[in-house]
Amino acid sequence: MTEVSMTVNGKSVKADVPDNTLLVEFIRENLRLTGTHVGCDTSQCGACVVHMNGKAVKSCATLAVAASGADVTTIEGLANGEMHPMQTAFKENHGLQCGFCTPGMIMTATDMVARYDATGKELTEAVIREELEGNICRCTGYHNIVKAIADGASKMADT
Amino acid sequence: MYETKYHKASSVSEAVSLMGAADDGKFLSGGQTLLPTMKAHLAAPSDLVDVSGIAEMNGVSVSGGTVTIGAATTHAEVAGNAALQDACAGVADLAANIGDPAVRHLGTIGGSIANNDPAADYPAALLALGATIKTNTREITADDFFVGLFETALDDDEVIVSVSFEVPSKACYAKFPNPASRYALAGVFAALTSAGARIAVTGAGDDGVYRQTDMEAALDNSWNADAISGVLVGAEGMLSDMHGDATYRANLVKVMAGRAVAGC
Amino acid sequence: MNEGIGARVLRKEDKRFLIGKGRYTDDIVEQNQAYAAFVRSPHAHAIVKNIDASAAEAMDGVVAVLNGAGLTGDGIGNIICGWAVNSKDGSPMNMGAWSALATDKVRYVGDAVAIVIADDLATARLAAEAVEVDYETLPVVVQSTAALEDGAPQIHENAPNNLIFDWEIGEEAATDAALASAAYTTEMDIVNNRLSPNAMEPRAAIATFNEADDHYTLYTTSQNPHVARLVLSAFYNVAPEHKLRVIAPDVGGGFGSKIYIYPEEIACLWASMKTNRSVKWTSDRTEAFLTDAHGRDHITHAKIGFDKNHKIVGLKVDTKANLGAYMSLFSSAVPTYLYATLLSGQYNIANIHCNVKAVYTNTVPVDAYRGAGRPEASFVMERMMETAAREMGVNPAELRRKNFIQEFPHQTPVIMAYDSGDFAANQDQAIKAADYAGFEARRAEAASRGKLRGIGFSNYIEACGIAPSAAVGSLGAGVGLWESAEVRVNPVGTIEVLTGSHSHGQGHETTFAQIVAERFGLPTENIQIVHGDTDKVQFGMGTYGSRSGAVGMSAIVKAMDKVEAKVKKIGAHVLEASEDDIIIEDGAVKVKGTDKQMLWHEVGLAAYTAHNIPEGMEPGLKETSFYDPSNFTFPAGCYICEVEVDPETGTTEIVQFVASDDFGTIINPMIVEGQVHGGIAQGIGQALLEGVVYDDSGQLLSASYMDYTMPRADDLPSYSVHHQSTECPGNPLGMKGCGEAGAIGSPPAVINAITDAIGNNDLSMPATPAKVWAAIQTAGAKQAAE
Repeated sequence: MTEVSMTVNGKSVKADVPDNTLLVEFIRENLRLTGTHVGCDTSQCGACVVHMNGKAVKSCATLAVAASGADVTTIEGLANGEMHPMQTAFKENHGLQCGFCTPGMIMTATDMVARYDATGKELTEAVIREELEGNICRCTGYHNIVKAIADGASKMADT
Repeated sequence: MYETKYHKASSVSEAVSLMGAADDGKFLSGGQTLLPTMKAHLAAPSDLVDVSGIAEMNGVSVSGGTVTIGAATTHAEVAGNAALQDACAGVADLAANIGDPAVRHLGTIGGSIANNDPAADYPAALLALGATIKTNTREITADDFFVGLFETALDDDEVIVSVSFEVPSKACYAKFPNPASRYALAGVFAALTSAGARIAVTGAGDDGVYRQTDMEAALDNSWNADAISGVLVGAEGMLSDMHGDATYRANLVKVMAGRAVAGC
Repeated sequence: MNEGIGARVLRKEDKRFLIGKGRYTDDIVEQNQAYAAFVRSPHAHAIVKNIDASAAEAMDGVVAVLNGAGLTGDGIGNIICGWAVNSKDGSPMNMGAWSALATDKVRYVGDAVAIVIADDLATARLAAEAVEVDYETLPVVVQSTAALEDGAPQIHENAPNNLIFDWEIGEEAATDAALASAAYTTEMDIVNNRLSPNAMEPRAAIATFNEADDHYTLYTTSQNPHVARLVLSAFYNVAPEHKLRVIAPDVGGGFGSKIYIYPEEIACLWASMKTNRSVKWTSDRTEAFLTDAHGRDHITHAKIGFDKNHKIVGLKVDTKANLGAYMSLFSSAVPTYLYATLLSGQYNIANIHCNVKAVYTNTVPVDAYRGAGRPEASFVMERMMETAAREMGVNPAELRRKNFIQEFPHQTPVIMAYDSGDFAANQDQAIKAADYAGFEARRAEAASRGKLRGIGFSNYIEACGIAPSAAVGSLGAGVGLWESAEVRVNPVGTIEVLTGSHSHGQGHETTFAQIVAERFGLPTENIQIVHGDTDKVQFGMGTYGSRSGAVGMSAIVKAMDKVEAKVKKIGAHVLEASEDDIIIEDGAVKVKGTDKQMLWHEVGLAAYTAHNIPEGMEPGLKETSFYDPSNFTFPAGCYICEVEVDPETGTTEIVQFVASDDFGTIINPMIVEGQVHGGIAQGIGQALLEGVVYDDSGQLLSASYMDYTMPRADDLPSYSVHHQSTECPGNPLGMKGCGEAGAIGSPPAVINAITDAIGNNDLSMPATPAKVWAAIQTAGAKQAAE
């Protein structure tokens, strides 16, 4: 057992957890933030993606204790009073059906946009599809997710 | 995963002493391979010694014709490093295609090569570049380091501190991904070093990463894809599994080698 | 009307999913809940000699370890297949006993023998590993044709040679005669590869027995909570129906895999009663591969005959269907009444005969998965048509066109009577959108870059909107397949629609509201769709088989008819006019030709205050309808796939995918496109990437995403989706349905395209790079030899 403390969605949190607690378990079970999901056992599906210290990471392949001291943002922390432009883009482009992969998709998308912004490289359709390698969706066939991300990128540029 | 005890090390010496005190410990770097392995109950270390925060093990430097990468440097950092992109884009590009964006934010070169998965990408690069692996006790050449499937020359309490290699005059990686895992079904790193042409293959051989020496000899004569077009890559010694039989892998090695050489 | 039928209304339900407030079963926590882990057989076939739970029971935090003897001892019934399919000799299907927890034998890797209940999940899993089971292993068979052979391991005592049934449809003698006198025949061996559905939300259940009321509550990832309740009570004896509440909250995808009532829910409910704790179980992904019903797995030999004018004269099909170790709920219908009845395709065929043998093997049970029988039928027909065209030297589009059914209704020789369609119009639309005319130039250009281009057609038709109850009853179904709706107008005029359908991604909260909005001229914001809770909603059959539009919405329409009738009576009374002069428009009840009106909420208030309603009228304003469809519906279309193959590696890139679908009336084009996109992705997945792999000892080799290839965004193209609709005469909205079409129509188009590209027609699914490369080598060797 170790006491972990971190900032999650701007709030300081602290808890005693067994060392083998995954960050996604800490988020879902201890913090009761259930928007981050578990969809696979092999860190491939991306349903668990959160931001840790400003970067998209797979919370199912991170220990809570290793995240001690970190600044974590989950899907619940993305909106700021009103929906984040990427969330709006997913709605306007029908980028979700069952919604299970959606939080991970959105967290991956905002990270993707930030990285490409920083390097000045273009987020084309082909690039978006490659950048989604770590996120699996079974419902949408990705067509509208790709559109949503492109739209979200331009909305984010406008704000 | 089973129970384990976590320690965070702030220096190499602390990491080594924590490991010495553990029953059956493992160094934890990015955790992108070790944690899934532990979740699958295929590994159950009594202790985890987290080296990811050790300053000496982080960073990329290019100086005096040598590239040095700290063992705990993430794939994203390697891929994005401007000096490395200039000096040896082949390695930066390889790092940019490991796993997926989230995995690259945490996964590290040290973790990758210490594990020596027969389908991992970095072993091919380091073997082709004739790299040196520096640990807390010694320096090991890549030729000596990669021993076999999931096996390296590391001693139990030995930790990789950094990896370094001479800037090559050419370095390119061509990878054919396994459709499911996206690891290499065959990945070929082609490098022209001061010691001559070196071609290292991952994903295809049944004993882990290896050098395709017949191609190296051909390329020493002239560096172009035609030079190796006559080299026969046989199915013997190739992996066969549900994703590709030995004959197919042999074909991929040939094709990827040609593309790696042509890409430089 | 911008929120009515045909409008691209954005989804009302999106908000909670976008902000991480979806309520999936695993998100729910019951007070003092315990956690379940299952002890599963590592052997594909074995006798269970002994179960020693002592070490597990002794662990701290373990509440109980329960097994099959206890389960059956308490009277919990065996899992059933609810559709009786008889063999051609009249004998009933050989349904082997399937207990939720195995008692004497295990029959596939993953078969559960015990359930461990513990205070936390980690302890439950550790304890499950500590349960010692003594197995005596038996020989294993995983392949259907091998399982039928004499000497194969016997999986169920009551199914000699592992034969479940030997069923046929159509006229064999007439078909044989037609084929014998055909000018041309084409014969093929066709395999439809086994798949694992992989909804992204793993299955989960939380079962709570309330001792104070002798009442059970079950949260379950189900596509049909009422059916779950019925089956759990009537067949599995878990609880009387009126003492069991089943709630399917937000469900993260189903695709058929969440229709069935699995061992896990049964065991959790029973365990909750035994331990007096809520019992929560959530599958992990490997467990999902081992327990979620698989799909497809057909081995087929087919022969088609044409006259000298290339008109089809007959089709003969022989199929072995692998149903796995036990018969799942709908498993018997999938390779029979949902498969062979579609073998006419879009074509006018006088003689069809199909024989299907369903077989037990030591593998995961197989049941309906998106398309359920129709992808298998389309794959046979469309590979045969394309192959026959190549063999006869006829253009593949032309050959199909010559054989299209032109007049409707059209009675096929295999039960189905198609009600409407215009197959040529769909083909025309697809051909234009794909620039089929320009293909050969594109092929030449690709060749100049060393790449192989190919193009393939798939003209699919399916039967969905399942189904007319009497019809399916006569074919052996144990249930009716109608749907229910209650339209409840509230006192202040907002509306709730309680639907027996269930939404697990299909957008019902929006599309169902659209038809109400259109009908009464109200904003969708005032209309709430309620589903998924057996305590709230009247009995409904659930969502699968592309039925929620054609059947679910029709029920709503019928209920709205009744509401409209009552509203008009109230309006006529209050406005002192004749009922014939009352219209409902723009959310108001009006007297035609005057400015006299009541706003919608005033009508609601009138009904519920009952101060001034017609003499003898009951107060209130809510109406129910149970709608039984009169026929299946028949979505159909033409898909064209164009590929570019890299001959050096065998990699296939899909350069374009065009769909022209006839879905009848479309309520929300945005939603429909999404359904087609997702279906095509799954079909391309089947064709190029996915496949369940067993070794000969029955070990599942493809038990994680490291080995089972899920389609990712960079495996897939953007899709070019078009519609060319004919109205469905069978239901009030004229809807055919759209949920499964993409998965049904796409695999043949992909395989037809690749075989066209590489010049080798001998290619099975999934057409992985390794397989395509090998096929290219074979074609090259053949060519060199010639």
